[in-house]
Amino acid sequence: MALYRNGSFVTDDPWRILGADEPVPPAGPVALPKARFLAEREALVGRNAPLGVVIEAGEGLDGLEDDIHRLSLIVLTFPKYTDGRSYSTARILRERFSYRGELRATGNVLRDQLRFMVRCGFDALEIVHEGTIAALKEGRIKLVSLHYQPASRDEDIPPIAGGRPWRRSSAGLL
Amino acid sequence: MYRYDEFDRQFVAERVEEFRDQVARRLSGELTEDEFRPLRLMNGVYLQLHAYMLRIAIPYGTLNGRKLRRLAHIARRYDRGFGHFTTRQNLQFNWIRLEDVPDILAELAEVEMHAIQTSGNCIRNVSADHFAGAAADEVADPRVYAEILRQWSSLHPEFTFLPRKFKIAVVASPADRAAIQVHDIGLQVKRNEAGELGFAVWVGGGLGRTPMIGRKVRDFLPEAELLSYCEAILRVYNLHGRRDNKYKARLKILVHEAGVDEIARDIEAEYEAIRARGALAMPQEEIARIRAYFAPPAFAQLPARSSVFEAAKADSRSFALFAERNVAPHKVPGYGIVTISLKAIGAPPGDATAEQMELVADLAERYSFDEVRVSHEQNLVLPHVRLDDIPAVHAALAEANLATPNAGLVTDIIACPGLDYCALANARSIPVAQRIARRFADIERQKQIGDLKIKISGCINACGHHHVGHIGILGVDRKGEEFYQITLGGSGDETCSIGEIVGKGFSSEEVVDAVETIIETYLGLRQGPEETFLAVFRRVGEAPFREALYADA
Ligand code: SF4
Repeated sequence: MALYRNGSFVTDDPWRILGADEPVPPAGPVALPKARFLAEREALVGRNAPLGVVIEAGEGLDGLEDDIHRLSLIVLTFPKYTDGRSYSTARILRERFSYRGELRATGNVLRDQLRFMVRCGFDALEIVHEGTIAALKEGRIKLVSLHYQPASRDEDIPPIAGGRPWRRSSAGLL
Repeated sequence: MYRYDEFDRQFVAERVEEFRDQVARRLSGELTEDEFRPLRLMNGVYLQLHAYMLRIAIPYGTLNGRKLRRLAHIARRYDRGFGHFTTRQNLQFNWIRLEDVPDILAELAEVEMHAIQTSGNCIRNVSADHFAGAAADEVADPRVYAEILRQWSSLHPEFTFLPRKFKIAVVASPADRAAIQVHDIGLQVKRNEAGELGFAVWVGGGLGRTPMIGRKVRDFLPEAELLSYCEAILRVYNLHGRRDNKYKARLKILVHEAGVDEIARDIEAEYEAIRARGALAMPQEEIARIRAYFAPPAFAQLPARSSVFEAAKADSRSFALFAERNVAPHKVPGYGIVTISLKAIGAPPGDATAEQMELVADLAERYSFDEVRVSHEQNLVLPHVRLDDIPAVHAALAEANLATPNAGLVTDIIACPGLDYCALANARSIPVAQRIARRFADIERQKQIGDLKIKISGCINACGHHHVGHIGILGVDRKGEEFYQITLGGSGDETCSIGEIVGKGFSSEEVVDAVETIIETYLGLRQGPEETFLAVFRRVGEAPFREALYADA
């Protein structure tokens, strides 16, 4: 497993992603499943360390609305790469809730989907697939870089000359 | 016609290279067939019974001579010399080698074509009225909006892994020639009382195993809001559509299970949120820029009546028949819309040979401002032909077996590829269509029967749209034998209805007789030649037909 964040692989991920009943360590950044986060919210908020939540595809944001601004990591899952729900959740977080923390994709994160994920606002990708890791390292990823529609990271990239709405190249985003 | 600029060209070129890389990884074994499958499906490549099939997008069914000639070339060079036009206004090649697909896509890119999103669980190629720009009853050219939707939906980052495929159709007249009410989103361009353009919006239509007619969620959506509203519909569907069962995954099931009121509320809430951000509001200049591509050609000022045309009708019976059935009124006096039937008696519906494509390309360039359309009824259309020229066009078509005067008649049958090609089929479709066409080959008898749409699907996926056939035929498997279930009274136009199953199925031997029995029953029931099959069915219901069909049973 490797974590690709903002254009390169990182080895010093400070986050601990906890399961449903792993104890919360006294210090350091932790991310918890959504249900557990909501249940233990009071204690967690008082902990004085960065907080994160793991949201399964299909769980949605209900109940989290008031906490999004205090989160530093949101992990969205792709149980199968054909399950596209987390793309929508990502855009809602970025565009509607103006979430600016780390947005991490995990699960079935494959090379042919990377650009879509980045455009929907993910800035961190947890990659298991060896071929994808190797291809990213070696710069062998061939994906369409041009796009016709606005999405979540458009403020990061300049419009294409000619002034046509929405047309961008997101070549630099991966 | 829309023309690519540098951006469009580079976009398609990058897509070709992306797919070339994917094919190379598949051929080298780096990708398993399982991993490759969704990638090839994103690009219209299916694995069929005998070979790979490549489905090429023909956005809203609009072609020109150059594109059609390139399709002919691909048919000859990479396939067996013919192609198959589909009910989604696309073209399929059924005998393709996977290794060749990247080169085929590169050849298509040269003429501004591609195969993006012709399959897969994404927003499919947007379809539109095949008479767009020519029909007398349209308020605007629907292709302007179809093109705007095409661009917005191309490799959309959020909507590429939907629960299931997603189809959008656009018309701009009260008469629905694109079956919009059986699409996930159906759009009718209209004007409000203030004269502004906008859309009536239907959602949740679809055929397949559970046919449903779309529900109207907006009577008038302002023009500039089109993309914001569609994005809202798609997002609600992407988040809430069922993913546990692929047969229940279409938007129609969500609308049905949650209820149209709840879905409409969700859509409106999402729409308000998207609109508040403002990112997708369509600038007027952009609409105008796209509209300019579809500006009417330089029509001549002609008298409404053409003496050449009238003389040819008086002269030749075959031309008179053609003029009656295959020439529709044009909005400009002195012009006609010519339907080129791909339903010659005994030919596979929708197939065209390379030579036929080239001939149509020539005729389009010479007589129709270089425009050709593909209809969802699997015919071709020359949209803008001078009445004066139609006799010459007819003569040229007749030479190539393309002048069958059967548009809208009983032999103008829609049929899916069926068991001759399709891995999912229960039964053959094409041979049934061919046998029905032979049975009713006599054109006088066809004319006597009048408007009648027969539609045939080889399995419950309903690619042949049998649910909306006046007579629908569905192939089923009965203990390993091909059987055919008949539905009556379906219609895909503005009076959209789903056909009713009339009774137990018929064997392959019996099915043509059954169709004939239905038609004879209709002829006996009608109050006059103006009363169409559909009108009679709606008046009397299915009982008399059932009695006639199962009298001896
Ligand atoms: S209706 Fe069935 S048999 Fe016909 S093309 Fe579609 S999937 Fe194949």
